[in-house]
Amino acid sequence: MLAHFDFDVIARTWQVLLFQGLVFTLQVTALSMLGGIVFGTLLAMMRLSSNMALSRLAAGYVNAMRSLPLVLVIFWFYFLMPYIGAWVTGASQPIRVGAFASALITFILFEACFYCEIMRAGIQSIPRGQANAGYALGFTYWQVMAQIVLPQAFRNMLPVLLTQTIVLFQDVSLVYIISLPDFVTLASKIAQRDGRLVEMYVFVALVYFVVCLTLSQVVKRLQTRLAVATH
Amino acid sequence: MPMIEIHKISKWYGSFQALKECSTKVNKGEVVVVCGPSGSGKSTLIKTVNALEPIQQGEILVDGYSVHDSRTNLPKLRSRIGMVFQNFELFPHLSITRNLAIAQMKVLGRNKDEAVERGLKLLDRVGLSAHKDKYPGQLSGGQQQRVAIARALAMDPIAMLFDEPTSALDPEMINEVLDVMVELAQEGMTMMVVTHEMGFARRVADRVIFMDAGEIVEDDSKEQFFSQPKSERAREFLSKILLH
Amino acid sequence: MKYNWNWGIFWELSPDATGTYLATLFQGLRWTIATGLSAWLMALVLGSLIGTLRTVRNPTVVRLGDAYVELFRNMPILVQMFLWFFVVPELLPTGLGTWVKQLPNSSFWTAVFALGFFTSARVAEQVKAGIRAQPRGQTMAATALGMTTAQTYRHVLLPMAFRLILPPLTSEFMNVMKNSAVALTIGLMELTARARAMQEFSFQVFEAFTAATLLYLALNLAIVLFMRRLERFVAVPGFTAARDAVAAAH
Repeated sequence: MLAHFDFDVIARTWQVLLFQGLVFTLQVTALSMLGGIVFGTLLAMMRLSSNMALSRLAAGYVNAMRSLPLVLVIFWFYFLMPYIGAWVTGASQPIRVGAFASALITFILFEACFYCEIMRAGIQSIPRGQANAGYALGFTYWQVMAQIVLPQAFRNMLPVLLTQTIVLFQDVSLVYIISLPDFVTLASKIAQRDGRLVEMYVFVALVYFVVCLTLSQVVKRLQTRLAVATH
Repeated sequence: MPMIEIHKISKWYGSFQALKECSTKVNKGEVVVVCGPSGSGKSTLIKTVNALEPIQQGEILVDGYSVHDSRTNLPKLRSRIGMVFQNFELFPHLSITRNLAIAQMKVLGRNKDEAVERGLKLLDRVGLSAHKDKYPGQLSGGQQQRVAIARALAMDPIAMLFDEPTSALDPEMINEVLDVMVELAQEGMTMMVVTHEMGFARRVADRVIFMDAGEIVEDDSKEQFFSQPKSERAREFLSKILLH
Repeated sequence: MKYNWNWGIFWELSPDATGTYLATLFQGLRWTIATGLSAWLMALVLGSLIGTLRTVRNPTVVRLGDAYVELFRNMPILVQMFLWFFVVPELLPTGLGTWVKQLPNSSFWTAVFALGFFTSARVAEQVKAGIRAQPRGQTMAATALGMTTAQTYRHVLLPMAFRLILPPLTSEFMNVMKNSAVALTIGLMELTARARAMQEFSFQVFEAFTAATLLYLALNLAIVLFMRRLERFVAVPGFTAARDAVAAAH
């Protein structure tokens, strides 16, 4: 069966696949990670707030999002975004929202829920005395968070945050369902066009495997280093 | 003139009453030691002074400002009261110099050079200049607690609160911390100290407060407390603790 | 900005002529549950086996187990589904490959396989963590009592390990249900696919997705309630400390 394997189709297309498709995937991943961690941290602070309304609101949002398949959430935002855009801009017709922006907003809002749970655990892992020491020195809530709690929480949770980012990197492949030009979509288009499904999907799987495995090894090494540094 | 005035404060955790109508005061330049068995509420009491613990009833005035009044600028008031914690609570992600400077910069608005200079001067005072570039995790417990005292002093506080500053320390490190505290007391710092170190109390305390089950049972001059405590509970406590 | 709401749409007949839109959505829910449950059973069995193997003394076995987990964890579920659906039948001997492709409900079986393997790697991680979380003294005590390795796992380590990892297993159970939606890419008409189809035929996009959302929420709730009952049922009186230790490790 390997005799039928057509390496030529990969040789012809790998540059497009990697430099357009994979780069698109990586861009969406990186931006969603940044946005997701920022929004997720805010959600975590809300969840841990003594204000019951804020805390319930954040918990409700996070739990609802985490109960839904990402596929459904992608569809939701894909169709909802034009209406939200019209509402924000006051337009009378649903407006066109770029596919990239739509995907980005979806992933930020969705992944923030997972980053939120990680940051919540991170914040809770910092002893109460640390925050108290900050307050005793005259810090405000935001200063205590920015200077004392979050830097430590972030550091402790870095490996878990990165592991979640590997999941996010894999999740981005699902933009296939709305035909955004990511790595998988491009590969499947070429696969259909040239009738070379086996070669294309094996290639895609291999690239994902190599990238994710490398990243997870980096995370593992980081984890051991952090574990040593704290002792 | 009272620097800290605690007036009939009560506090509950759910249905459990942690503080029962406690009243006392600390005058300017006075050193007050708070002692009592564990769970007596002494740590809770000292934390109410800078509102790290909320209270449900009563009032606390520090330098004339009501601590639990929502109109009080709490961060500003707190920045004028130094606090030293049982577990030091240095910030592990910051160097010793950063630990000393950060609140001066972020809260008092001092510029970096000024804050570092002031911090290092106090670090020198507690005898740890050599460690200015290290991180808290690289210092012994006693050293960390001395840095924590220097950090509090760098804010130029009008009073200092000590919450069991030596109880997390190995015995051989207790004295290096107590020495710093004795020196402070002798210089006239207003101090409220929760501790079991009765030697410290005998040396520098002006008054001793004894608490049990959320109540202030005794509030006496040092001489009276050690020679003839009024209550049975205090006598029992003293006999137990002095056996050590 | 205007959108014409029409909640009555659920009682209209869907063009695939199998019943009302509501009925087709429920049909989709049935496929979601069937796929999720089958894959979950497969993942539990495989994952427990692999997870256990990763804790034994033999380094070759451990390495094989690790490789298995890395293999199925480091590719997106979508890509794994494509591999099972488009690639694997081509690699089989021609006769077998054709038979597989012509299997009735082939997208269902593919989805179960793909989700089963994908999820089993994650279950294996949890099972390993659950076994590792137990103090070494437990194994020593069992050995001292004369138990074989197999007996130690069967009677001492695994019963506690599964109790410890019930909470993370609950979320994996929910994940497998949610991930079954990815199978719409290989033509499985599960819940999300039905909602999408309803949107295409009726243009009532938000009604369709709202209904699907509510059904997913209900499904999750059912799983949580079931797992909570299970947790209470298997709880060991007086034992909470180790569970907190595992929770803290995550």
